[in-house]
Amino acid sequence: MASRRKAQPEKDGRLIETDVLVVGGGPSAAWAALSAAETGVRVVLVDKGYHGTSGATAPSNTGTWCVPPGEGRAASVEQRFKRTAGLADRRWMLRAADQAYENLLKLVEWGYPFPSEEDGSLYIANLRGPDYMRFVRQRVQKAGVTILDHHPILELLGDDNHIGGAAGLVRRSGASFRVSAGAVVLATGGCAFFERILGGTGLTGDGSLFAAEAGASLSGMEFTGKYTLSPHGSSLNKGLPFRWATFYRENGEVLRNAHGDPVTNGIGGGERQVAEALLTGPVYARLDLAEPAMQDWLRRGQPNCFQPYDRMGINPFEQRFRVELKYEGTVRGTGGIRIVSSDCGTGVAGLYVAGDAASRENVTGGISGGGAINASWAIASGWWAGHGAAHHARRRQSRDAARLQPLGTAGLRGSGKRDDVDLAATAQAVHDEIVPLDKSYWRTAAALESSRRTLDDIWSRLGQTGPATGIERLRARELASVTANARWTVAAALLRTESRGVHRRRDFPGEDDAQASRITVSGLGKVTAAREILALETAREG
Amino acid sequence: MIEVISTDRCIRCDICERICPAFVFDRDETGLPVIARQDDCQTCFLCEIYCPTDALYVAEDAHGPTGISEAEVVERGLFGTYARSLGWSRGRAGGAQNDPTRHIRVAQV
Ligand SMILES: Cc1cc2nc3c(=O)[nH]c(=O)nc-3n(C[C@H](O)[C@H](O)[C@H](O)COP(=O)(O)OP(=O)(O)OC[C@H]3O[C@@H](n4cnc5c(N)ncnc54)[C@H](O)[C@@H]3O)c2cc1C
Ligand code: SF4
Ligand code: SF4
Repeated sequence: MASRRKAQPEKDGRLIETDVLVVGGGPSAAWAALSAAETGVRVVLVDKGYHGTSGATAPSNTGTWCVPPGEGRAASVEQRFKRTAGLADRRWMLRAADQAYENLLKLVEWGYPFPSEEDGSLYIANLRGPDYMRFVRQRVQKAGVTILDHHPILELLGDDNHIGGAAGLVRRSGASFRVSAGAVVLATGGCAFFERILGGTGLTGDGSLFAAEAGASLSGMEFTGKYTLSPHGSSLNKGLPFRWATFYRENGEVLRNAHGDPVTNGIGGGERQVAEALLTGPVYARLDLAEPAMQDWLRRGQPNCFQPYDRMGINPFEQRFRVELKYEGTVRGTGGIRIVSSDCGTGVAGLYVAGDAASRENVTGGISGGGAINASWAIASGWWAGHGAAHHARRRQSRDAARLQPLGTAGLRGSGKRDDVDLAATAQAVHDEIVPLDKSYWRTAAALESSRRTLDDIWSRLGQTGPATGIERLRARELASVTANARWTVAAALLRTESRGVHRRRDFPGEDDAQASRITVSGLGKVTAAREILALETAREG
Repeated sequence: MIEVISTDRCIRCDICERICPAFVFDRDETGLPVIARQDDCQTCFLCEIYCPTDALYVAEDAHGPTGISEAEVVERGLFGTYARSLGWSRGRAGGAQNDPTRHIRVAQV
């Protein structure tokens, strides 16, 4: 983990001036940048990685929620709404379907190589990650957006009551840079809690930390009990092939459910039984329910899924292989920065949010938006946030970069009282409070309370550690961010004393109608969780 | 994670260093990429498909090196396999228009 680069004193570094700053390099960042640039303002996009390969989409193959206009759309929303554990919002679903569809048509117009149906029409409901992200990078460049790759943002900058930019570091040198902007879009993706999933390394929930430091709140952080099957030890958290799997115990015995039927469909009904079985020992799978035609489609349509098998030298349709459930935090789980306006504003002036960095409850409620909704949400929310930020920036023409103050806390401005915090070991400790199946697939008050204490202690130690320098600042901030995300998750999960969507409490296995509202969390030093409806009522009364 | 860089195949174009999302590579004095931060590798296989000469090999284990040698990668024909199955070639994108995923999604429900 340690870097060989020399630590450098972090002076303020280069200053870049722009109208809209987009933080991130995945699809939501690309759409935000395109949308803002379309209005004629100057746009800078800064990515921790390389815009085109970074994030969760680039290494994957994402299906979209692609609903053409017409009578079918309302029915499609209604059908989907039934699965959202009562917490989605039909208006948001409808407008997301509309905006995503419109933008998919833009891809057609721009010449993205969609496959054709048998009748010659284009099939636009799927975007192959590496191709899609490479394609949109070229569009972003063409739109005149300045792209800074390998330039992670470390903190936001603000004046009295506006967000006015951000500061970060250059990975190549460890040097600092600052961007002064009229508005900022956070498109930093979800938080993978240091789990090794596709695209996961850079996904440390940084945007949530930045937003919380600026006073924004989060929502849906309890809907993070999301895992996906993968070949054991690999990075391939892609569930689709497991639709055609049968599962086995180590001794070769078929895994059976309570009725004595074999457990199948690992991305549907079978997942829970596989998860239970994994608590007691290794589980194996074989994709033996895929007919030859399906085997061919899977191989050609999801080639990344087959990389582990091909490299291990096994045939997954014929041979059994060991599997695990990889934790996906807020990447395929649903929580994130709370949205308060239709242009994806966060409630903090000048700060907008898009994609997985935002709570996706508006469109997917308490369940995972993986498989279709999230990709469309990244497109639609990116578009709205880009417009929102551009309009805000236009209204703030006179800005003074000299008045900007840095808003970062832990990892950047610790008290320096202690120097015994090992970043790698602490990262592992935070991972271990959240990732195991008996911490986040099934939750209990006792386990959550114990995690809360451990994580609070880690947070206070991080606050007492001296500021990191040079390139190490990135590690320190990622750790602070994952720790903060873990604390919000635990706080929300403790408050929701029922099971709903991808939040499962062993001690409260049923859904409780009285709790059919969202849970908001906020704060860093002290974390507070509150039910949204109660908070609104209190606000009205007071 | 990333394990093999073939010195013979590599043309020192620096693409892998630029496009790796996890910033894993440095370069030596001759321009040859070196795996400087292996543990940061996210096993996404994207450097393989961007490399114009199929000079990189990413092994399947996301948690640590498997110790596979270049000779074994060659013998088992593993250089460039992901790029070929996508339809990418010499670092150029291709094949998205032949993606049969729609059949899978229809059958999935
Ligand atoms: C294996 C897998 C398969 C998936 N399949 C589907 C599917 O079929 N359908 C579907 O709807 N969804 C799917 N998803 C989800 C989908 O990929 C995400 O919803 C989507 O990528 C979100 O886009 P995003 O731009 O918000 O975030 P990401 O694509 O994750 O991008 C986040 C970006 O932020 C950058 N970043 C992070 N921190 C910083 C920082 N501090 N400074 C600067 N930049 C930063 C990262 O480098 C990255 O570029 C899948 C996810 C995975 C992991
Ligand atoms: S992309 Fe391939 S050819 Fe270019 S420097 Fe990297 S390994 Fe060498
Ligand atoms: S597999 Fe991905 S993260 Fe690893 S070196 Fe290659 S591009 Fe970088």
